[in-house]
Amino acid sequence: MMFSRRTDLPLDKDPLSRFLPWLIAFMVFLAALAQAGLIGLDVLAQRWDTGMASTLTVQIPADPDASDAANARRLQTTLNMISETPGVMHARVVSEAKVLQLLSPWLGVVQAIDVPLPRLIDVETDPDIDLDARILQQKLARTIEGAQVDDHGVWLGRLIEMVRTLEALAAGVLGLILLAAMSTVIFTTRTGLTVHAEAIEVLHLTGAQDSYIAKQFAGRAWAMGFKGGVIGLVLAALTLALLGYVAGRLQAGMIPDMSLPLVGWVSLAILPLAAGLVAGLTARLTVMRTLRRMI
Amino acid sequence: MDIDQNTPIARFENVGLRYGLGPEVLQDVTFELKPGSYHFLVGPSGAGKSSLLKLMYLAHRPSRGLVHLFGHDIATAARDALPALRRSIGVVFQEYRLLEHLSTFDNVALPLRVAGIRESDIKRHVEELLVWVGLKDHMSARPPTLSGGQKQRASIARAVIARPSLLMADEPTGNVDDRMGYRLMHLFEELNKLGTTIVVATHNEAMVRELGHPVMRLGAGTLHVSPGTKTDSFARTSPQGLERGLPHRLTRGPGAFE
Ligand SMILES: Nc1ncnc2c1ncn2[C@@H]1O[C@H](COP(=O)(O)OP(=O)(O)OP(=O)(O)O)[C@@H](O)[C@H]1O
Ligand SMILES: [Mg+2]
Repeated sequence: MMFSRRTDLPLDKDPLSRFLPWLIAFMVFLAALAQAGLIGLDVLAQRWDTGMASTLTVQIPADPDASDAANARRLQTTLNMISETPGVMHARVVSEAKVLQLLSPWLGVVQAIDVPLPRLIDVETDPDIDLDARILQQKLARTIEGAQVDDHGVWLGRLIEMVRTLEALAAGVLGLILLAAMSTVIFTTRTGLTVHAEAIEVLHLTGAQDSYIAKQFAGRAWAMGFKGGVIGLVLAALTLALLGYVAGRLQAGMIPDMSLPLVGWVSLAILPLAAGLVAGLTARLTVMRTLRRMI
Repeated sequence: MDIDQNTPIARFENVGLRYGLGPEVLQDVTFELKPGSYHFLVGPSGAGKSSLLKLMYLAHRPSRGLVHLFGHDIATAARDALPALRRSIGVVFQEYRLLEHLSTFDNVALPLRVAGIRESDIKRHVEELLVWVGLKDHMSARPPTLSGGQKQRASIARAVIARPSLLMADEPTGNVDDRMGYRLMHLFEELNKLGTTIVVATHNEAMVRELGHPVMRLGAGTLHVSPGTKTDSFARTSPQGLERGLPHRLTRGPGAFE
């Protein structure tokens, strides 16, 4: 194998060390999924944050007694008032068809409807100017009866809060996996030190530094960590691809685009290296600490 | 290791050793090894010969008393300083202690590898010495497939390969025939002439008499040193046809690799 080198200790033959790559593969698999989830959620939260924080929706209830023309005029007046408000970049009336579509979960799919529909205006605000939705609300309410400004802030805030909680959870899972991987390596290394105690004593007596012995364990652990990492990553990539495929087929507007950004894939690709590094360093520290207690 | 001709290679003062809570197997052992000296260590089985050597090759710390090696008090020496001391010491263990998963070549190469010598140098040195001790055809064999005498020779080759300043051998000729025994003792004689300090633990009283080096005699845990009766009869009694010299590369002194 690419990373194995001649060693003075028969570490390859330890039954435990043959087991280790698979344990690490499993942990890297879980870590990759947690990390992909973390990155996906982060992307999602950011998109909402920047995409939605600077939008408002103004809702004008329809007056069933007024004529269509009067309703249209009222809508135009509102639109003008909004457009003139400082901090508003763009205001657009949501078409009736779109409103029907938005209501479809409650009304079913309909082409037209007798009931007068409320009208919606999408407002895009300048993210640099903090336009207060309440001030706009007061201003509109004076002229347009029943106008309501919704700045998405509350529900967006809750959603982002939830996403952040999930993120913290995923990060916690990653941390636990790291701890579990390190414990496994420590345990395997300690066992190896016991199994090879006789050979290690001979190495010591021939003048080997602790670091010479540690290097052999570390090199071995690094190779196994990397190997396990590659296996785990391949499994995780297959799983993520499958998830992406299934999500794509669902075509549901509810599921946002979850595809990973490039930086996400890079951070996943680093996982095997990280696994190797963590395993190698842990093994090295374990050997150095254990040998320090010998003569 | 810099060897000062006035500093003893090893100095023991009232050294006692007990294993765990057992009785003292060594009591009040006091002696000094001058640079370039050659001693036999004798005594009945169980007298503590191997134990004494273990103290000298730093496998154990004494229960009491002072052990100085190359002028360093090993009780106060930092742990980091021990590998350097050990590299100046070659040991032929009574039970060989070859690493079973390594070839004869790799076993003999071990002291050079831990010292960080270049692989190309290691190859030439190890091969030459293995030819010299008659293990040419067993270089890639693993110890479990070697005979007792072959293991012993591999173990001796490992002990001398790095040209230690102090060489200890625990029963080094117990398993070889007379001819090979002479050859190995000849190797020790030659290394001694080059300045290596040597201690050989043995039951072979005939060899002790014949070679005439000073004798350290252990009995009931205590040590008595008697002067040698060197007659240089070795030259007369060594069988015909043995090379006089040493493996060429081995004649270079300690530090030849640095
Ligand atoms: N690791 C150990 N633990 C406990 N006791 C030991 C240990 N090693 C040696 N002893 C005891 O120390 C005493 C001296 O043993 P040692 O091996 O030094 O004798 P020796 O002179 O080398 O004998 P031999 O000539 O048979 O090799 C013996 O009584 C032995 O039982
Ligand atoms: Mg013994």
